[in-house]
Amino acid sequence: MLLELSSDQEIFRDTTARFLTSRVPISEVRSLRNHPAGFDPDYWREGAELGWTSLLVSEEHGGGSVSGGGLVDLTTIAHEFGVHAAPGPLVPTNVVAGTLSTFGGEAHRPVLESLLAGTSVAAWCFGPAVDTDGRGPAGPRCRIADGEVVLDGVQRPVEAAGQAHHILVTARAEGGLTQILVPTDTAGVSIEPMRTADLTRRFAAVTFDGVRLPVEALVGELGDADELLEYQLQLAVVIGNAEAVGALQTAFDMTLQWAFDRYSFGRPLASYQELKHRFADQKTWLEACHAVNDAAAAAVDDRSPDAKELVSAAKAFIGDYGSELVQDCVQIHGGIGVTFEHDLHLYLRRVTVNRALYGTPADHRQRISTVLENRKERA
Amino acid sequence: MTEDVESFRLRARAWIRANLRPLEPHEILAPTLALPVQTEEEEHAALARERELQRMIFDAGLAGIGFPREYGGQGLTTDHQRAFNAEIVGYEYPARLQAPSFSPCGAVLLDFGTEEQKRRHIPAILKGEEIWMQLLSEPSGGSDVAAALTSAVRDGDDWILNGSKVWTTGASTADWGLCLARTNWDVPKHRGLTVFILPIHQPGIEVHRIEMLNGSTEFCQEFLTDVRVPDSDRIGDVDGGWTVGTRWMFHERMLFNSPFVSIPVGTSPGEVGADSIVNVARDTGRFDDRCVRDLLGEAHMLELVGQTLRRRIGRGVAAGRISEQSAAITRLFAGVSSARKATIAFEIAGPAGAAWTADDGAAANCGDDFLMRQTSCIGGGTTEMARNVISERVLGMPRERTPDRDRPFRDVPRSASNRA
Ligand SMILES: Cc1cc2nc3c(=O)[nH]c(=O)nc-3n(C[C@H](O)[C@H](O)[C@H](O)COP(=O)(O)OP(=O)(O)OC[C@H]3O[C@@H](n4cnc5c(N)ncnc54)[C@H](O)[C@@H]3O)c2cc1C
Repeated sequence: MLLELSSDQEIFRDTTARFLTSRVPISEVRSLRNHPAGFDPDYWREGAELGWTSLLVSEEHGGGSVSGGGLVDLTTIAHEFGVHAAPGPLVPTNVVAGTLSTFGGEAHRPVLESLLAGTSVAAWCFGPAVDTDGRGPAGPRCRIADGEVVLDGVQRPVEAAGQAHHILVTARAEGGLTQILVPTDTAGVSIEPMRTADLTRRFAAVTFDGVRLPVEALVGELGDADELLEYQLQLAVVIGNAEAVGALQTAFDMTLQWAFDRYSFGRPLASYQELKHRFADQKTWLEACHAVNDAAAAAVDDRSPDAKELVSAAKAFIGDYGSELVQDCVQIHGGIGVTFEHDLHLYLRRVTVNRALYGTPADHRQRISTVLENRKERA
Repeated sequence: MTEDVESFRLRARAWIRANLRPLEPHEILAPTLALPVQTEEEEHAALARERELQRMIFDAGLAGIGFPREYGGQGLTTDHQRAFNAEIVGYEYPARLQAPSFSPCGAVLLDFGTEEQKRRHIPAILKGEEIWMQLLSEPSGGSDVAAALTSAVRDGDDWILNGSKVWTTGASTADWGLCLARTNWDVPKHRGLTVFILPIHQPGIEVHRIEMLNGSTEFCQEFLTDVRVPDSDRIGDVDGGWTVGTRWMFHERMLFNSPFVSIPVGTSPGEVGADSIVNVARDTGRFDDRCVRDLLGEAHMLELVGQTLRRRIGRGVAAGRISEQSAAITRLFAGVSSARKATIAFEIAGPAGAAWTADDGAAANCGDDFLMRQTSCIGGGTTEMARNVISERVLGMPRERTPDRDRPFRDVPRSASNRA
């Protein structure tokens, strides 16, 4: 996370940190394992009052950011989510709120208001995945029939679909990718919970079987969602990364402390050069994770031309090196590192699940490659 | 009033475009790790041109961006230097004059030199009149910098230096050297060192070129025999050389993030850049290969991450938010990622990595670059030393056992065959 937060940002971040410490201490996080939703609606509503869902929303729609860079500010919240292994659909709700604020119509206004108030959450059907070679999963399809949007197909995994009142779905239409805001109680929508490596987040497979909606449900233009999706992907990746970096920071700090406390052969683990060198690598990767995601967040806020490559560099780097880092933390903990009793796995889970969402490191390396290729062609 | 970064950028841009030659594609595209093997005449001609370019840059008021104005610099910040580094991309510029002349040598002079030393040498460096190099490493072990054996003995107003320095980049073409020497053998090693400056080409200094495994001969070894250095050319206190040395190494580790050094963005001397790897893919016709695209993405990712990491650490150090020792973090990242990029280029080159002709374009030389891969993890202090610094000084882990710390240096064992 940013080394130099402004005092406003610092207060904002700290408010969430203190809220999470009291509302979802680690003991609470553990118990959420058996909670059907993974979070408590009151918790989410109170979080929304602290600004969790308003940063990507324009002031005109009741939102607004602390520093003027809404995504940068949101990364400070996401970072705390990672640090506390906190529950809640931070990524999908913000992606959908930001989208509805910028591209949504009048019909979407009440939904946006409820997201801002934290009285409902939204899911985001990201798809058709990060398509690097045109062979991405088929995903849902939609067509216009009798003045209505008709939606068919399956999308998975969709975060918080089971808890959401609305899902922002991406579907293929004749003219191209299209986005539709679907109320989850619409006839033909079925939501099947999936198993996941995370304790606090819930994912589902969502099936659309002849779902019919008025055309007002469309977000943006029919067949014209490419740019919108790209923007959403960038938001989702940066927020998810910030969570992962927070989790990495905690895992690293815990492990460093452990290396000082634990003795073997009469000396602390921290005195063995082999381990010291691994900590040096971990520290370097960790700082690099902070640095690249901060740069990516700022680039997206600024609509900078290098936003796409920075976002993908951040996702690929944090996905790969972050996973190595946290697994190495497990290794240095030894046996206790693979127990449920120890806290380390809570962070391992966050980093692991985030690595697999919204494009794997390899997917994002390929995206970078495409950017480079296009640049070469233009040159 | 200080010129703001944007107007400085525009001024630099206008001047660069009007006065410097854009590089030919092959000059930008060629992987830079294997410095082209040159004859001595070619080397001297190239250097003369670089001195001329540096003078032009100086006259334009763009030299020594981070150096104070009273020494001929611009008195500006790292952000200004960064703006210049972005504008110079793709243009001819005096690459070999930057490091180690401007930093660490110039930077150390600025930190510890007397007023007279600074006025004499810093403007000369900024004008391209003096090329400097570092007489630091010694045959007995470079990592253990403070274990220098080269001795300096007081003789009236002079010092007399004897010993040997090694792995010196560019000594045969440099003018001045910054030299770490031992002035006291009866105290522990860190307390008996002193730093001097001296002209390289003088009686008593023999410079030998050492061929590197890729044929380059920029490496040198110097033998110093009764070299006289006036006390006025001492830097810092007598026996206080370690204070200077620590700062020296800090500047060395901060090289790519320095307010003193012009390095075109996306390149660093002795590194295969991601851009040139893209060209390897193009010239081998392998752009559509999924594996290749993955590797290209990785190379570019490493470069972007390296840049953002340098900025973070640079800002953090400048703002006093993190310790100066954190410079080792960027050093470690740069070394490892540079080595990885050399591997990626070699992988993409395929059989052209084994044998090549000039027709292979950017793929030519990837094999040589791969052979030289580890230089990025050795030069400027090894990555192992960087890891020691990070774990011990940044993370506060226990120091390695050092039997030499509290012992007079005279009594310290120096090799298995020559134990004291
Ligand atoms: C391209 C290049 C340019 C250079 N330019 C210059 C120059 O201009 N001026 C100059 O003075 N020097 C220069 N050097 C020398 C460089 O600084 C040294 O090579 C480097 O510091 C390592 O020293 P050494 O070669 O003596 O290796 P050694 O110190 O003998 O080390 C050998 C190996 O042991 C490891 N090692 C040593 N001590 C420890 C420890 N405590 N813990 C763990 N591992 C350890 C090292 O990391 C290394 O892997 C240059 C080197 C290169 C490659």
